[in-house]
Amino acid sequence: MATKLTVPISEDEIRALKVGDQVLLDGVIFTARDAAHKYMIENFVRGTCPDAEKEIYEVLKAGLKGSVLYHCGPVVKKHDDGKYEFIAAGPTTSIREEPYQADVIGHFGVRAVIGKGGMRDKTLAGCKEHGAVYLHAIGGAATLIGECCKEVLDVYKLDFGVPEAFWKIRVEDFPCVVTMDSHGNSLHTEVQANSEAQLQKILAK
Amino acid sequence: MRDITQHLVELIKSTSSDLSPDVEVTLKRASKEEKDGSAAQGALLTILENVKMSRETDRPICQDTGTPIFYLWYPEGRSQRAFREQIQASVRIATERSYLRPNAVEALSGKNSGDNTGVDFPTIHFEEWDNDHLKVGLLLKGGGSENCGCQYSLPSPEFAGSRDLAGVRKAVLDAAYKAQGLGCAPGILGIGIGGDRATSMVKAKEQLFRPLGDQNKDRELDKMEKQLHREINELGIGPMGFGGSTTVLGVKMAQLHRVPASFFVSIAYMCWADRRKIMTIRDGNVTIESP
Repeated sequence: MATKLTVPISEDEIRALKVGDQVLLDGVIFTARDAAHKYMIENFVRGTCPDAEKEIYEVLKAGLKGSVLYHCGPVVKKHDDGKYEFIAAGPTTSIREEPYQADVIGHFGVRAVIGKGGMRDKTLAGCKEHGAVYLHAIGGAATLIGECCKEVLDVYKLDFGVPEAFWKIRVEDFPCVVTMDSHGNSLHTEVQANSEAQLQKILAK
Repeated sequence: MRDITQHLVELIKSTSSDLSPDVEVTLKRASKEEKDGSAAQGALLTILENVKMSRETDRPICQDTGTPIFYLWYPEGRSQRAFREQIQASVRIATERSYLRPNAVEALSGKNSGDNTGVDFPTIHFEEWDNDHLKVGLLLKGGGSENCGCQYSLPSPEFAGSRDLAGVRKAVLDAAYKAQGLGCAPGILGIGIGGDRATSMVKAKEQLFRPLGDQNKDRELDKMEKQLHREINELGIGPMGFGGSTTVLGVKMAQLHRVPASFFVSIAYMCWADRRKIMTIRDGNVTIESP
């Protein structure tokens, strides 16, 4: 049975999750990938927030606390009334955010990151320290996940381009699997170690 | 000469939203082979559900519609320049209609052109042939899987890869292990052996057009393809890297002549969403087929 998570998510709810748990996520979350992570680190985490960026900083501070970042560059349709719709919205490879992720989680109080492929030690340590998890969505399942994105509420930094902008979306029953929990466990480390042992066996034949 | 822009738009739509039957059947079979209730099986069932939904709604299977790679085979006397313009027009229209994500960004600034055109974007390969009809292949090659592609120069001291088929095997196993689930496993590996650094990778990507169940005409390579398919699945990386018995859906190899000094093994990693279609235009009749 899948665990239901609703934004805002508490630390207790996160600490109760273990690697392998299936999750269905509800609530308002933000997409963010390469340009967005670099931007958050340079302007907010390490930088002193230039005046021009203050408005979006307030939006992110309020919106990300207890919420979720989704590594995703969607296909988006703009309707005649100006409203946006997610047409296809599967996860992108998360490892590119490894240098930034733990600091972004800590700075904004993010409770979960959704992506694919998993992340490494720095993010795993960040999850443990701040009470966060890494949720793995199914890579390529873009139409199905697009259907879970019920509403596009806003977009920020659209000048980064459609895939790289921050999209504020409301999701319902977004299916994910916990592959890195807040206790230092990672399915990715485990699978990699097992596959390395298998590789040595195959090469020794 | 008839403008083929609208046909190209249809080809893009079909390629983006309608997964080829050979890939779908292989995914279905894999979902039955994974352990009941496992994350691996769950991933494959979600993938299959998504494939069905995309086909029914004409929506992209994956939001990363990748680099559109076109292959044109055309009769003598037709203009490459005109084809290039029509291909560029077709990706602009397909982007407007949300069949493609705007995916062309300037290398250094990251500025998105907004319409999938740019310097050498999309990719187009031309080949004049003896037939009097036109054939257009399209591969939508996502970035996540492209990042898992790699090239080895043998011999390799790193894994004792010799300059022979045994060395090629070790290189491919190394690449599959390093990719883990990052390229949206279960993937398909296209492998080019020989050539120069550029032609070797072009040959590798061409292999992705082969039907999954086909046989390599080269018997030695055919045997190695099947052996590597089995051995990579024994790595246990599984769908999405969740662990499991389906890490690749197929391994396809080809060799090219090389200079004596070089021995390249180029590996193109394609995600499970192996989006490739072939369109034929003959006497005004247009057909779009899976390889």
